[in-house]
Amino acid sequence: MKHIISALVSNKPGVLAHVSGMFAARAFNIDSLVVGRTDDPGFSRMTIVVIGGDKVLEQVRKQLAKIIDVVKIQDFSGKAVVARDLMLISVCATPEKRPEVLALVEMFRAKVVDIGQKFLMVEISGTEEKLEAFVDSCRPYGLKNVTRTGTVAMAKFGKTEIKDNQ
Amino acid sequence: MCNPSEKGCSCGSEQKAPLKTGAEIIVDTLIEQGVDTMFGYLGGVLLPLFDKLYDAPINFIIPRHEQGGCHMADAYARATGKTGVIVVTSGPGACNLITGLATAMMDSVPIVAITGQVRTELIGNDAFQEADTTGITRPITKHNVIVKDVNDLQQILREAFYIANTGRPGPVLVDIPVDIAIAKTEPKPLKEISMPGYKLLNKGHARQVQMAAKAINKSQKPVLYVGGGVIIAGASEELTTFAEKANLPVTMTLMGLGSYDQSKPQSLDMLGMHGSAYANYAVQNCDLLIAVGARFEDRVTGKLKTFAPNAKIIHIDIDPASISKNVHVDVPVVGDAKEILKELIEAVEYNGRQEWFDQIAKWKAKHPFSYDTKADTIKPQYVIEQLDKATKGDAVIVTGVGQHQMWAAQFYKYNKPRHFITSGGLGTMGFGVPAAVGAQIARPDALVIDIDGDSSFNMTMNEICTAVQYKLPIKICILNNGYMGMVRQWQELFYGKRYSKSSLVNPDFAQVARAFGAVGITVDKKDEVPAAIKQMLKETKPCVVDFRIDREENVWPMVAAGKSLDEMDGLEICESMA
Repeated sequence: MKHIISALVSNKPGVLAHVSGMFAARAFNIDSLVVGRTDDPGFSRMTIVVIGGDKVLEQVRKQLAKIIDVVKIQDFSGKAVVARDLMLISVCATPEKRPEVLALVEMFRAKVVDIGQKFLMVEISGTEEKLEAFVDSCRPYGLKNVTRTGTVAMAKFGKTEIKDNQ
Repeated sequence: MCNPSEKGCSCGSEQKAPLKTGAEIIVDTLIEQGVDTMFGYLGGVLLPLFDKLYDAPINFIIPRHEQGGCHMADAYARATGKTGVIVVTSGPGACNLITGLATAMMDSVPIVAITGQVRTELIGNDAFQEADTTGITRPITKHNVIVKDVNDLQQILREAFYIANTGRPGPVLVDIPVDIAIAKTEPKPLKEISMPGYKLLNKGHARQVQMAAKAINKSQKPVLYVGGGVIIAGASEELTTFAEKANLPVTMTLMGLGSYDQSKPQSLDMLGMHGSAYANYAVQNCDLLIAVGARFEDRVTGKLKTFAPNAKIIHIDIDPASISKNVHVDVPVVGDAKEILKELIEAVEYNGRQEWFDQIAKWKAKHPFSYDTKADTIKPQYVIEQLDKATKGDAVIVTGVGQHQMWAAQFYKYNKPRHFITSGGLGTMGFGVPAAVGAQIARPDALVIDIDGDSSFNMTMNEICTAVQYKLPIKICILNNGYMGMVRQWQELFYGKRYSKSSLVNPDFAQVARAFGAVGITVDKKDEVPAAIKQMLKETKPCVVDFRIDREENVWPMVAAGKSLDEMDGLEICESMA
């Protein structure tokens, strides 16, 4: 089971090493970890996708909280969130296949950001599933390179709990 | 920072305070934090600091190895509750701290470690005596920082002391490049520390406390399971009042020994792998387990699946991460043990629980700790019983790690906190001798006895020189069986007596002691034991007594790794000897 945790951390050297080292030392599984600055230069935001059951997640939260440079933790499990990945992908698009690839780009609301003789570089953002689907759709044409950011997430306004039927 | 031109500013910076070097700031901050004793070992990058320590009003103890120094600072902290301070040089000095820091981390001991570092501009260039100290020590410290700007130095040091000895204590390391120690800055006035990522929870949640009290009042077969956290919190008195008011049997972990007087009838002594049969049976049969400042470690619980199978569990701990880590907890109470116990005392009622206490009394009568008292050889348990008798249970006992440590836990009866100093979590062999030095420095008037094993003693015996240099009357009793006894016991039991690499050729320890300038005594006959102890207690110099004990004596009872707590081996052996 995947869980998204967001941690506000002091923007200091060594904090990323501390967090990732703690995950390794306690045998927690990281699916992705994204770090970036916030509007306050004193703090960074880490978005961590963790694999594990509820018991693991509880320990992850508590162990993160023990790190002194970790200021605040939000656990998005069971919450309505907007979660997005960003991907750059180079797809083989020879002149005869190019229209098909461009049609895919259109369909996925992606964007061509560079073009070579045989390849197109495409920028796409969205949920993990959407990105997976795009990779699968492009695979038959030939992939040269795929690079992804991992997930960033933010809680939705107003509604905090996901209802069962959603 | 205040603006000097602003009127009404009270920080006094209108007349600028004279600038001070980083080294002066370090010494001033240590004194401001109440440090009167510290441990450390010199090195190149520390010269500016040591120059300022030359005439500082701080009692400075030089160990023979940085590991020893760290264990000394650790034992100093355990014996007093004050923060231990150790300063060592960069590279190898810092690397030699590792075992000591990890030991302190596992047992929640407050230490501030200051390490020298190469010049800032050389960091990362594989400079002479450079090591990535903060990188290496990150998982074995509660917090660590490298100082990059002399203006931050004083605040970082103050925060280090604050973090080390609040909440669940632990070691904090501050890495200081030599150029920072030389650079000048303005001293900063002391103000209250506020760190956004470090919040303390001291008072227990009132509803949780009430739920705990309700469960206790209802319980017919409760057991109070006490860990080192009670000693750290200084809550032994509250614990005793609580146990007596609610009428609860009390068992302690290795780290908890001393929190409750073992001579009291409600004491079930230690539980766990080498705990008493009666404590283990009580835990396995109780309907309510009240854990205070303990963390359900594997050496305590045995097989988790069958641990306390019928019990509801209350867990009182200051560290939320300790709760429901190993076992599911029904009533968690996060906070300071002292505060929570005070509230519980108000909320609990006396309950006779005659049936339960009768059952416990039967287990106690049937399975006491025992050994072959009629043997001709020196039994290690006999030595410890004699020590207990000669010192009336008042000595500060420190230990190494292994069989001797377990016997010291089983056969010496502790009646007050901070009188049993041992490496529980990490299980650090070699802890004994330097810990004895640290404890004696901390408590100059106390009788400090290191009950050690020959293999543990071999690891750090050079620290006897430290005891000689500072004229510390520490006593060291080596229970010498010529083996790494605990691993030999496991090889006997689980590896068909194939004693692979578990015996050492020892020197004559008494002669070694004499060469160091200490007193050395060898005892190889049982009837010489009481006289040797008597002589040892009279010595004013450090004294080493080498007891040549029965070589293949085992620690019983024993819950083999992976077994349930009530599946104890050796009970019939104990019974036949009782």
